Amino acid sequence: MFPELNSILNATPDSFKSSDFILVSDRRADASFLIHHHLSFYLRAGCKVCFLGLVQSFSHYSAVGQRLGVSLAQAREKGQLVFLEGLKNSIGVVLQEDTSQETQPLSYLRTPGAGLEGLFRFVDRCVRQRGDGDAGESWGPPVLLIDDLSVLLSLGVSVGAILDFTLYCQATVCSELQGNMVILVRCEEDADDDEEGSNLLQRGLVHQCNLALHVEGLPTGYCRDIHGQMSVWWRQGGETIYNQRKIFHFKLHDKGASFFARGTSSAVL
Amino acid sequence: MAAPMRGMAGSSNTGNTTSFQKKTHSKLVSIPGTRPSVQNGQLLVSSGVSSLDYVIGGGLAVGTLLLVEEDRFDSYSRMLLKYFLAEGVVCGHELFLASARDHPDEIMQELPSPIVDDVAGIKMSEGQSQPSDPENPDTMKIAWRYQNQPRVQTALVSSMRFGHYYDVSKTMEPELQQAAKCHRFYQLQETPVTKGSSPLPSPYQALLKSIQTVIRKEGFDGSTPQSKVRNVLRLGLHSLGSVLWGDDVCCNDNPAHCHALSTFLYALRGLLRSSLSVAIVTVPSHLIQNRAVMGRIIRLSDTAIALESFRGSEKETNPLYKDYHGLLHVHQLPRLNCLSCEVPDTKDLAFKLKRKQFTIERLHLPPDLSETVSRVSKTELAAGCGSTATGNKHLDF
Repeated sequence: MFPELNSILNATPDSFKSSDFILVSDRRADASFLIHHHLSFYLRAGCKVCFLGLVQSFSHYSAVGQRLGVSLAQAREKGQLVFLEGLKNSIGVVLQEDTSQETQPLSYLRTPGAGLEGLFRFVDRCVRQRGDGDAGESWGPPVLLIDDLSVLLSLGVSVGAILDFTLYCQATVCSELQGNMVILVRCEEDADDDEEGSNLLQRGLVHQCNLALHVEGLPTGYCRDIHGQMSVWWRQGGETIYNQRKIFHFKLHDKGASFFARGTSSAVL
Repeated sequence: MAAPMRGMAGSSNTGNTTSFQKKTHSKLVSIPGTRPSVQNGQLLVSSGVSSLDYVIGGGLAVGTLLLVEEDRFDSYSRMLLKYFLAEGVVCGHELFLASARDHPDEIMQELPSPIVDDVAGIKMSEGQSQPSDPENPDTMKIAWRYQNQPRVQTALVSSMRFGHYYDVSKTMEPELQQAAKCHRFYQLQETPVTKGSSPLPSPYQALLKSIQTVIRKEGFDGSTPQSKVRNVLRLGLHSLGSVLWGDDVCCNDNPAHCHALSTFLYALRGLLRSSLSVAIVTVPSHLIQNRAVMGRIIRLSDTAIALESFRGSEKETNPLYKDYHGLLHVHQLPRLNCLSCEVPDTKDLAFKLKRKQFTIERLHLPPDLSETVSRVSKTELAAGCGSTATGNKHLDF
């Protein structure tokens, strides 16, 4: 959880907007630090988190979470976090060895043309089971986190199927259960000749979302001390529909990230 | 991640003169030829080229995938692959080599020979040095302080050094090469397996299956309780995506199996993450017309570099590049188990293949713009203009 980002977005673990669809995207940069932020944010807020980890293993998130102050292993044991290990289980499905019920969510690997119904059923089942029996502890509103939806494009799933999947998820998680959704999408460089690519996916998702965080490199070139530029776009806010964009520069540290206005990095001042 | 390291792997490389032993809480997985990263404790292996190790942040992390975009004539990328395999032979790691064009045996025979510190050769019988006694005629008279230092190691048995140097004009001796365990996969000799409807076309499916079989059988994924010492598997996959692998992503704008290579890399990375192995994959990216495909492939791997050689292009006669053989572009560096990755100083890198070294150097210096740069304060300048020409306040009359 990055305190500076919390103040930029006006959100704290105690009070944050519900039914929010946050889209994190990047172009030629790596926006996964925002996923780590949101993961630790929602775990601290006590929400039930369903995490689809399609590109990294659980131990990666767990190691970073440790540095940010949350213990993912503990959250998983308590039932607060449900993690779908997409990467490690993929080999069994691709080589067609594992046809058990547990790999139903990864059915898109077997038949990419068929869509993401298996994955949606997994998400649906996960966000609907609230509260554990012991100690009567029930978690807060459900949160769906997806690390890297655009990898599904590389595996052969069509853009239409992915957009359908996100619509279903939004209807279930945000509208019906008043939860939040955070999705990471990685885009290509050229915006022109990409009919069925990630740019189309990103544009479609930006249209659906409430808050878009876009990370890219500095337009003036590579700099060692400023790792990139993040633009925050508030799209819809309930009653008041405001359309506001702000751009910040950021630098990543070992245990967090610092955000500052453009031109105010300590490297240039 | 496979085997994250906490604590140093052992300080017994150099001769310890104190009896102090650092207490480490984690069970030590000390595999020869590896070392933990100073940044995030990840287990690293050398890629065979020490300047490349430096550029990608200390070395290749075990469990990751290095993507090398080939240069136009596949000369330097093949060289990198050979360095990688030669390093594996010297460190005693197991190798897996897959290629479609040249037989893996041919590639293995071309491995460069390592440069050892002495001239005695690689004899196993030499063993360690003995401390010499005063009656020994070899007692040093002048440099007597160095008497009790161990002699230079003559045997190449357990090479605890990280990163070695190779002489490309000589090939590795056959006995050293035979000593390494190498699994081979030659695409043209494999019988095509047509099994129902699989998302991967046959050659990639067979290759993935073969890699998984090797990892399971030799126990790199920890599935079989190993009584022997744990080891690292180095995978070298040559020219994936070329037509010889049955893939038309290099020759068609809209290939029939446009997702074959990306699905293969995704599944391969999943396999690497759950085992003690590291892979280097070379892809002829200059043949791939669709830029989006290349972008996807880069994002599916952990580290991605591209080689651009000057041979045959107009850059060969450019005086700026006269000392180098080509440019090295680092497209992606991994962030493993931590938020920030090793941020390089500059992205303008050029390489040069010399007989004993593959050097990678900075082409230009970046602008001196950092948080620690010293700035001349304005008051000193003002004083200099006002009083004397030199501005040195000690000589201010």
